Order: sequence, then C-alpha cells, then structure tokens
Amino acid sequence: MSKEKLELKRIDENRWEIPRAGGMRVPGIIYASERLMHDIGTDESPRQVANVAHLPGIVNYSLAMPDMHWGYGFPIGGVAAFDLQEGVVSPGGVGYDINCGCRLMTTKLTLDDISRNLKELVVALFQNIPSGVGSKGDLKLSLQDEKKVLQQGAGWAVEHGYGLPEDLEATEDGGMIKDADPEKVSVRALERGKAQLGTLGSGNHFLEIEVVDEIFDADVAAAFGLEKGQVAVMIHSGSRGLGYQICDDYLAEMVRHIGELDFALPDRQLACAYLNSKHGRDYLAAMACAANYAWANRQMLMHRTREIFARTLRKSPREIGMRLLYDVCHNIAKIEKFPLAGREVALCVHRKGATRAFPPGHPALPERYRSVGQPVLIPGDMGSGSYVLVGTEKAFQETFGSACHGAGRVMSRSKATKISKGRAIAREMADQGVIVMASGRGTLREELPEAYKNLDDVVEVVHRAGISRKVARLKTIGCIKG
Amino acid sequence: MQVFGATINELFVNGAFALFDLLADLDKVRQAVVRNVTVTGGDLSDLWVNYLRECLYLWSGEGLLLVNYTVSSIDQKQVTATLGGEAFDPARHRIRQEIKAVTYHQASVLETPQGWTGKVIFDV
Repeated sequence: MSKEKLELKRIDENRWEIPRAGGMRVPGIIYASERLMHDIGTDESPRQVANVAHLPGIVNYSLAMPDMHWGYGFPIGGVAAFDLQEGVVSPGGVGYDINCGCRLMTTKLTLDDISRNLKELVVALFQNIPSGVGSKGDLKLSLQDEKKVLQQGAGWAVEHGYGLPEDLEATEDGGMIKDADPEKVSVRALERGKAQLGTLGSGNHFLEIEVVDEIFDADVAAAFGLEKGQVAVMIHSGSRGLGYQICDDYLAEMVRHIGELDFALPDRQLACAYLNSKHGRDYLAAMACAANYAWANRQMLMHRTREIFARTLRKSPREIGMRLLYDVCHNIAKIEKFPLAGREVALCVHRKGATRAFPPGHPALPERYRSVGQPVLIPGDMGSGSYVLVGTEKAFQETFGSACHGAGRVMSRSKATKISKGRAIAREMADQGVIVMASGRGTLREELPEAYKNLDDVVEVVHRAGISRKVARLKTIGCIKG
Repeated sequence: MQVFGATINELFVNGAFALFDLLADLDKVRQAVVRNVTVTGGDLSDLWVNYLRECLYLWSGEGLLLVNYTVSSIDQKQVTATLGGEAFDPARHRIRQEIKAVTYHQASVLETPQGWTGKVIFDV
C-alpha cells in the first residue's frame, strides 16, 4: 500500500477529488461536506478510494458516498463500475454480507392505533423473530430446497406462502438475480445457509417500528404511499452466514491466484478476477445465490412481521394494510447499463455500502414508481429513524445510479463499548421514546448512536449534490436488534 | 489480535485459544468432540490466516466451541492440528463477541528474538 500523502482537491460544496497519481487509472471522487470530510480524514478510507482506482477496466471514477468509512479492500460507501471485457470483479468490493439491504413496509395504522400496544408489539417481534449471533429459524431447508432459494430468491418465499406476488414487484430486481448457480457455492456455505432463512442476524441488523415524521416532497411521498403520522416498519438484514462464507471462500481463492494477474495490486484485500475469467464468472454466479438468499430472507422476515402485527393488535391483515414500499440491496455487484460517451454500455457496478438510486423512467422500476423514480431507503443508527429518498437522473449520470446507504460508523465497536461503560443504553433510548430490545449482551453498547455519523448530515450531502432527493423522514418508536 | 508463542507450534495453539476466548467464555466448555484439521497456505502469514479461518468455521459452520488445541506438525505451508471442545449450548455458554470473518488486512507472522508473533484483524 503506498504511503505518500494523498492529495484531496475540493470540487464544489459536496465533492472532493483525489487526482490521478501513481498507478491510479482514474481519479477518485468523494461526496462529502467539509464537516463529514473532517471525520473521513481520520481513517484510511480515502486511501482505499485511490487504491480501487488502480484496478483495470475501472470506468470514469472511483467513487465514495458521504457515509464512507474504512472497509475490507474497498471502502464502505464505495461505488466503482468496470468494463465487462477489460475490468474485474472483487469480493472485497461487495463485502462479506452480500445483499445486505433494507426493506420498508407502510401500514394503514397511525401512532395512536398502536401506542397502547407498542411494548407488547416490540416484545412479540423480539420473541418471534430469531435474532442474534448464529440464530436459527424455524425452517430447516433440505439441500434441494436451499438450492431453489438460491436460484429463485424472494419468489421462492412467496411461492411457499411467505408473502404476496405484489411484494416481488416492489423488490429491487424482483428479488432475484438471474444466472445464480448453486453449483458454484461451497458445501460449507450451503451448510451455513440451511437453518438461517428468516433470521435477522446480529450487529447492526435490526427491525424497527417507525412513524413518518416529516414529508419533504409531497408528490413523490404520495406516489410511494407515505403520509405523515403513518406507522411503518424497516428491516435491515442480509444473507447471513451463507453470504459470509461465499465471500470468504472466493477471497481466499482469489488471493491464492493473485500472482497470476497481469497487474499489481496496491493492497492484497483488493484480490479480484477479470469479469470474463472463470474465477470472475464463478464468483458472480455464487454472489447472485447469496443475493437471492438475502431477498428470500427479508421476504420471510416481512411475512413474519405481518403475522405478528395481526396477532398482537388483533386486527385483520386488511385493517393493518402492511404493504411493501420497496426493498433495496446495498452490498452488491450488478451488471447494469449506463450512458457512456454517447452510447449505452453494460458495466459491472460494485456498490459496497451504497444504494441503487435509479431515475424516473428507468425500465427497472416498478410501474407504480416509474414516473417519480426509485425509492432509496436509508436506515440510520439505532433508534434515530430513517430517510426515504428518490433516485435522480443526476445519479444515473454521475454515480452509476448510486447514493449513500446509512449513517456510517465514526467509531469502532470496541471504542463504542469502551466509552459507553456503565451506561444503560436501553433506558436512555426509552427516555427518548424508543423501546429497544437486543439479543446480544454487548450489542446496544456497540451500536451506540454516537458511534455513527449524523444521518441528517449524510443525507443532506446526497440531496444537495442531487444524486437523490429527500422525500420523507421517519422516526423510530420500537426496535429489535440481534 | 496479536498473539505470541515461544515456538511456532505454540503461536498456532495460542492463536486458536485467542480466537475462541474472544468469541465466548470458555470456562464451562467441556471436551466432547475432537476435530482434526489440516490447512495449507502460500506462505506463513497466508497459512496463519487460513488456519484461523478454519478455526472460525468450526464455530460459525458447525457451532463448536473449542478449548483444547494441539499442533502436531507445521512448516511454512501446512499445519495439522487437533482441536477439542463441544457444541455451543445457549443454556451453559455465553457468547462474548461475534467474529464474522478473519481478514488478510495486516496479517503477519514474525520470528523475533523473544519467539514468534502473529497478527490478524477480525471482521466483527
């Protein structure tokens, strides 16, 4: 890894450039305000943006979103697109938790409808949705069924009674990436995936009950079915142990073959393979399996949430009206088409801690959102609520249709644990009107709100830079964590 | 994580101990199962990472907490070890901290005048 000082040039209010230097093939661009840049400057993530720019076939820029922080190989918050012939795919550019993502459901309920039952609801969700380290679901898949999940994604869950066909329309890529090949997934990964479908996981994964607190764009909010005062549910989870194992297997495989590449890597963590090589194709086929598993997982978590709401509130599903607004992934590599030098070109876009943010009119959007743009779901840190944004043409032109994915850490888990010693975090959250329950003893302290960047600051940069626009802000009233 | 050992064998024994000790409270873990592992690597630091990845898989994939470790043979590119312990039982065992992955970031194994030092960073 090169150690010379990195040059950072301010382009405008919201963007900073890392000019091409040394082996960089393209410049780096970081979306950040001055204040966020101050935090970013304290870790190695700008260096990682420059390192990604060394990879062959990278197109235009190595990009980073305002919630960026140090990640394995690529920074978290990193976006990079690669030419399909000359470019590479890197497991470190997707992340360990393949298709970690968010799903937001709206309801017909208001805060008044649930305030008396809120505690009961949070307890019921906590008791009935498996969460925490190594948690297992009620369903143990046969190998044959697991392979179907890996190929069919959320569609498998719907077909087996976990949800409605219309849920698939409101899921990125319909909840399934084509060309997923379970034969490219190791026995170990399959083993880890067998009993974890329908489980939340641990760490920063959560299920939150939220209330729409502020509307910024009334027309788009109406198209998304969002109203002030409405109760909603946000789920943040991914592909569990299966995704981790796939990333781990392919990283080890690519590290083993690092010496065979015809270019030098500035960092071994950027281990990668040409997109048109066997290793590259195999990784994408296995990654697609994990992505599909994650969509099936979130679909099942949503179905379980619908059941728990109905049972606890003693209302019919129709009265509750829990409808999927949208589901987005924020750790993925996908083949998508973009305008480049006057023509449409297919590229492999890595989004690692970044959300797709497609503009109005894009054919990938469901019919009901086609005229306004794609819903972009941005979860905050524990208890601080979420934003709903909408994708823009500018994002399509500048950031390969991408925006931020969350608040972004400013403090490691161990530091958060250290500085919160002696504090009763659940009580502090309760004082702020948020009921929190967590499985892990240390989770609440690790996930301390101060450990994250201010979500409002992050979203403001994305909004001002025009790579997504604010639609609504939701505040948390109940939260379960792993 | 930084681990020391008077010999290379001891370094790898202590590496497994450090990993499982970070993961869980090992006081109440009994010996009920034994796993023999043989791991290879391109060089010593690669071997170190792959060995710890294998140890972690025994937890994340098989749900085992391991407390007794013996390294029977080791060279620059291969290690064979025997690890003993039991399956995780939520009623008796307490998880301290999840370790999601063993990374290559700054992973190293060095021989020093005092013995051997191994470094590794976990994704937690």
